[in-house]
Amino acid sequence: MTAPLHEPGATETALADIAADLPAKAIEGRSPGRIAWLRLRRDKVALAGGTVVVLLILVAVFAPQIVGLLGHPPDQLHEDQIDPNLGTPIHAFGGISRHFLFGVEPVNGRDLFSRVVYGARVSLLVAFLAAVVAVLLGTLFGIVAGYFGGWVDALVSRVMDLLLAFPQLLFIIALVSVVPDSLWGFTGSGVRMAVLIVVIGFFGWPYVGRIVRGQTLALREREYVEAARSLGAGRGYILFRELLPNLIAPITVYTTLMIPTNILTEAALSFLGAGVKPPTPSWGQMLSAAVTVFQADPMFMIIPGLAIFVTVLAFNLFGDGVRDALDPKGSR
Amino acid sequence: MLAYIVRRLVAVVVMLLVVTLVTFGIFFLVPKLTGGDPAALFAGRQADPTAIAGIRRKLGLDAPVIVQYARFIWGLVAGRDYANGADVTHCAAPCFGYSFKTEQPVWPLLTDRFPVTFSLAVGACVLWLVVGVGTGVLSALRRGSLWDRTAMTAALAGVSLPIYFTGMLALAVFTYKLHWLTVSYVPFTQNPFAWARGLLLPWIVLAFLYAAMYARLTRATMLEILGEDYIRTARAKGLAEPVVIRRHALRATMTPVLTILGLDLGALVGGAILTETTFSLQGLGQAAVRAISDQDLPVILGVTLVAAFFVIAANLVVDLLYAVVDPRVRLT
Repeated sequence: MTAPLHEPGATETALADIAADLPAKAIEGRSPGRIAWLRLRRDKVALAGGTVVVLLILVAVFAPQIVGLLGHPPDQLHEDQIDPNLGTPIHAFGGISRHFLFGVEPVNGRDLFSRVVYGARVSLLVAFLAAVVAVLLGTLFGIVAGYFGGWVDALVSRVMDLLLAFPQLLFIIALVSVVPDSLWGFTGSGVRMAVLIVVIGFFGWPYVGRIVRGQTLALREREYVEAARSLGAGRGYILFRELLPNLIAPITVYTTLMIPTNILTEAALSFLGAGVKPPTPSWGQMLSAAVTVFQADPMFMIIPGLAIFVTVLAFNLFGDGVRDALDPKGSR
Repeated sequence: MLAYIVRRLVAVVVMLLVVTLVTFGIFFLVPKLTGGDPAALFAGRQADPTAIAGIRRKLGLDAPVIVQYARFIWGLVAGRDYANGADVTHCAAPCFGYSFKTEQPVWPLLTDRFPVTFSLAVGACVLWLVVGVGTGVLSALRRGSLWDRTAMTAALAGVSLPIYFTGMLALAVFTYKLHWLTVSYVPFTQNPFAWARGLLLPWIVLAFLYAAMYARLTRATMLEILGEDYIRTARAKGLAEPVVIRRHALRATMTPVLTILGLDLGALVGGAILTETTFSLQGLGQAAVRAISDQDLPVILGVTLVAAFFVIAANLVVDLLYAVVDPRVRLT
């Protein structure tokens, strides 16, 4: 994972753009949020990424309706679409047709379109909620470590170093595999998803924590913090009412850039058999099933692979745009 | 300098102890909380209670967890005996215990699998550093050119593609369709040429993802540094442009690249697991994935410990390299 970086150039052009239309209007106050929005609106690539992201979220939310309209139930078998001798789809290109938009799965003939659509649900839900877990933990520990310093900072920083040096994927697979399928009265794929969210989020918080800590270190010496302190504000007030609002920009940037990483982690875990359990469809699981048959039926690998690629790329493009728009080096 | 290295080595030992403690905790405390028994796992499905009790005694699973942990650490340093009455098995140091599944000692398995993963990681690492940093520098020097835009688009695609997907695509095209390369592991000592040839495809696939990240990072850092005053000074005093770039700009660019390299080594273990699974290479990652699905605790502990050891050791090397690359860094 790379830290968000400032790309010189983007800010200057954005500033020039803003300056260019200034004389036309009377001087008006612009909040930082509004400036960021104006910049983001000009960034066509980021907007394209954002549009795809919104579409994907809609697809995930309305998966049953979309599948009802354009596909077949995800677990329905269509053995009539499969060559009984070879086990591969009868029609060319993995059986893509008017009835099966993305073709069918080899051997059992399940509709790939509906499996990809339902897979989006797992992928996005896990990625979003894991990012929420990571951001909450990272912000809390980062702000506390940065503000209090001393042994608190030393402890939190060492824990973050340790977590970052861990072979994370190994630990995540190990953790996911020892947790049984039914836990405290809950059963089914919900348990696995909850475990995935907590574990991916837990290993993600140090990345957020480092950034929040660094920013807090710089902010705590500022006059407004001192002013609040001299007025008798409590620690909680200073941390969450004075410091936190000024940390929103870097946290937002990091969250948007963390979601694609989480999508890749979830897919990797599913690929290794540590993701959600079948029959719940997920993209990584489909790719893992494709390992043995893609020589005969490459479309079965390409479809879920493209689904991951398009989703992650869209989030990355959008995240880059948000980063440029919220760049703290840009002034009002 | 010497004091620094000694202090870091002490930190390495502490980190490794924490890693073993956490892994131990995952496999003994999580099953305890959720109801499971390692001895029953070891004995297999249809074992009678007396056999399970015998195994528990022999493996020392009847002792408190903390005693078991102490024995495990002692076994690593000095070897240990497994005894059940007169039935004594000696396990020489470094003793990682016996696989629950195959009942073979773990250490020979680790030394057997290690060269595969090491070859994969080192080759990929060299490849991505050369390609990634080279591409980034060229892009920064010719900012906005066709080369820059093509390289950065490719890099963005690279960070959005899962390794196992590119791996399968590469196999489909270069191995199954064109018959150019086959993937296999031949020990380096046996035939260096065959070694490189057999690993070339996994190297390229694994390096592609990281090269993309490093190209983006190098480009951004280089652009920022080229705007610094000391670069202008270097040019003003009449240094040739290649000298300015190599001696002044490139050297400063390497510092953040090294930081990220240290962080990515932990992730590289994950990348190696996925690459080994995709290309069916019999490395540590494959061993870990199989051990995790078998709940084979000693093998998982062994692999995790070896992986953590190398991540931490490589981080130490990276930190020492800092001082070599960046004259502003003093190790004290």
